[in-house]
Amino acid sequence: MEKTLRPARWWLAIPALLVALGIALSLGSTQASATPAPTDPTQAYQFQGIVRSDPQTPLAGVVIDATGADGFAGTATTGDDGRWSIPLPGPGDYTVTIDETTLPDGLAVNPEQVSRDFTIGTTSSQGVLFQIGEPGSFTAAPTPSEGGEAEETPSAGSSGPSFSLPQLGQRLFTGLNFGLLLALGAIGITLIFGTTGVNNFAHGEMLTFGALVFYTLTTSLGLPVWVSVLGVLLASAAFGWLHDAAIFKPLRRRRVGLVQVLIVTIGLSIALRYFFQFIFGGGAETAQVADTAVSFGAFNVRLSNIIGMVVCIVLLLGVAYFLTRTRLGKATRAVSDNASLAAASGIDVDRVIRIVWVLAGTLTGLSGILYTYFSGLSVRWDMGFTILLLLFASVTLGGLGSAFGALIGALIIGFATELSTFFLPPDLRFAVALVILILVLLLRPQGVLGRKERVG
Amino acid sequence: MLDVLLGSLGELISPSSAAYALAAIGLGIHFGYSGLLNFGQAGFMAIGAYGFAVFTSLVDPTATWGWPPLLSLLAATLVGVAASVVFALILGIPTLRLRGDYLAIVTIAAAEIVRYVARTQDLTDVTGGSQGIRGNQFKGDIQAVNDGFLDLPTGTWYTVVSWALVVVAIVVVWGIMRSPWGRVVKGIREDEDAVRSLGKNVYAYKMQALVLGGVMGAVAGILLVFPRSVQADGFATILTFNVWTALLLGGAATVLGPVLGGVLFWFLLSFVRGVIGELHTLGVFGSTTATQAGQLAFVFVGLALIALVVFRPQGVMGNKKELSFNV
Repeated sequence: MEKTLRPARWWLAIPALLVALGIALSLGSTQASATPAPTDPTQAYQFQGIVRSDPQTPLAGVVIDATGADGFAGTATTGDDGRWSIPLPGPGDYTVTIDETTLPDGLAVNPEQVSRDFTIGTTSSQGVLFQIGEPGSFTAAPTPSEGGEAEETPSAGSSGPSFSLPQLGQRLFTGLNFGLLLALGAIGITLIFGTTGVNNFAHGEMLTFGALVFYTLTTSLGLPVWVSVLGVLLASAAFGWLHDAAIFKPLRRRRVGLVQVLIVTIGLSIALRYFFQFIFGGGAETAQVADTAVSFGAFNVRLSNIIGMVVCIVLLLGVAYFLTRTRLGKATRAVSDNASLAAASGIDVDRVIRIVWVLAGTLTGLSGILYTYFSGLSVRWDMGFTILLLLFASVTLGGLGSAFGALIGALIIGFATELSTFFLPPDLRFAVALVILILVLLLRPQGVLGRKERVG
Repeated sequence: MLDVLLGSLGELISPSSAAYALAAIGLGIHFGYSGLLNFGQAGFMAIGAYGFAVFTSLVDPTATWGWPPLLSLLAATLVGVAASVVFALILGIPTLRLRGDYLAIVTIAAAEIVRYVARTQDLTDVTGGSQGIRGNQFKGDIQAVNDGFLDLPTGTWYTVVSWALVVVAIVVVWGIMRSPWGRVVKGIREDEDAVRSLGKNVYAYKMQALVLGGVMGAVAGILLVFPRSVQADGFATILTFNVWTALLLGGAATVLGPVLGGVLFWFLLSFVRGVIGELHTLGVFGSTTATQAGQLAFVFVGLALIALVVFRPQGVMGNKKELSFNV
């Protein structure tokens, strides 16, 4: 491969991207670290937790043992505040056991939790909670405390599979809402794929970026919502621009193969995602913004959902107008069709691609705000990544590269995820969408609106 | 600092390194030799691990039918392997006729479906839900085999078993890639239409490669859970991407590259983590907790993946001519 570019220039741009992000987000970090974790930060590896029979009653004098695969054994006794911790020699595999005989009379530990195995690797301080209550009072419900990824549950419409007409209406509404915001996020993927041929696996991080900036502006800085939204739009546009300027344009100039670029986007996704976690921590934060509940008879929705849906529809119409009626939009479609022909007819392909990246960044950042509202104002470092595959499912369903197809695909996914909760447990919602994706590829690989030539 | 280095050197031969190496060998058959973009290796590993653990914990032939532990162990492994073959067929049938990136999206989606199903509450009786399956529910047989045979310490025993399987996989790959089958598969990677014009059934060859690499992934999944418990979130997409990084680090289309990559990946990851931990105790990261600072290690994984694929796509051992990056 001929090296036409000074490689050092863009190579430096990746850390620069992260540093710029760090400055943009550093205000969020002061917020995140304002609540100190109940751990001793000097202890590198440990198990720790609080034993209590209910949130107000810590239990003192309870004995907890930890044994390791390599012969390590440690014991801790809870203090007056119910706290305990067992320092560990290092990463490895351990079994934590609570001594039930040391509990006060009449109390027991959930039998599933008396003894558990943990692997200490990615986290150095592992919280271990024991569900304590009267014997026989335990259900099989898992505790959400073990660092597993919390299933984000929209507050509307996941109350369990009970079929009724108002329920159906509520699910359809939620599905439409979810579908519209997926469409807004997915249009970016499909425009980028259309013009450059790249499947951007770091797209979820654009969405997370929008949500995190929104959280930082509203909650850490206390700015009004409309100022914050403007700020998010600007930041996301700049973020999209930076993607192209720092990474993808240099890669195009180097003539790096499409599969290589695909893997670059995966690397970028990992780097950005864990960088977000480094800044914001691994938990969910709640954005402090006002929201009003509105009810129409049996219908309960929130004002933000209605506004969000209107915004989605207006923007989607705007994108449609842009693509079909404006000069620049026509140029974008020309590049999607055949970049060489477009270049030969005088279109500045690089400029079109740059604009597509900025547009994609802006729309996706905005969908990050809407997704924040949709998921009950909670933001997480991996919120975009958890719905990335739904975004891909939307564009693949609609036909890769087709902007209008993405809208239809997103609506199908939105309705399917919500309506499936009538028949299946809610934690399989996203799996349903992915099953539909595979079925569609089996029956109609070019997607609902795609052209057959793209399948090849 | 010396402790960090020594601790990381200990990771070189850990069973986890072996599991990564084996998963990377399987992925090397997919991507390195056949040009298939499998982004669902974690799904194959999950299928293998759950097949093994669920069979052992629910059926438990040793206790129920009085089978010898070795037979029971082999039966459970066979269940995991068979499940992964079925999984490969389900994935391959709709996608192997399509362009490469469709396989990428479908495999990553399928791996997530497996994880969602494994952690759903309604299947808690079978898979343990998000709590997973405890080690003592499926480790009985492998430990019983050790007891009457070599009587090694548990950790050493896992290491011996894991690396023995890696050696078997290396020999298999070395053998088949010199055979006519291997030449056809490499031909498909270079130019599918050319191979088709020679009368070969490209679809069937791709499917065979997908199954073979997937089986290795399933066995790697079983090895991965021996020293720990089975937890659905341990098989998230990041595991797939770690294996990819290991593969590209060593060199995709080489016999020993994936092994070197798996070993190097674990060494570097634990070394970077150790260094970050040391820096944290020195107060470099301010008020950030140690856990949060530790996440920086994965930022380095991401950056390493980018740098590798752009500047040295052939990896440490590879030959730049044998690359399947341009589909």
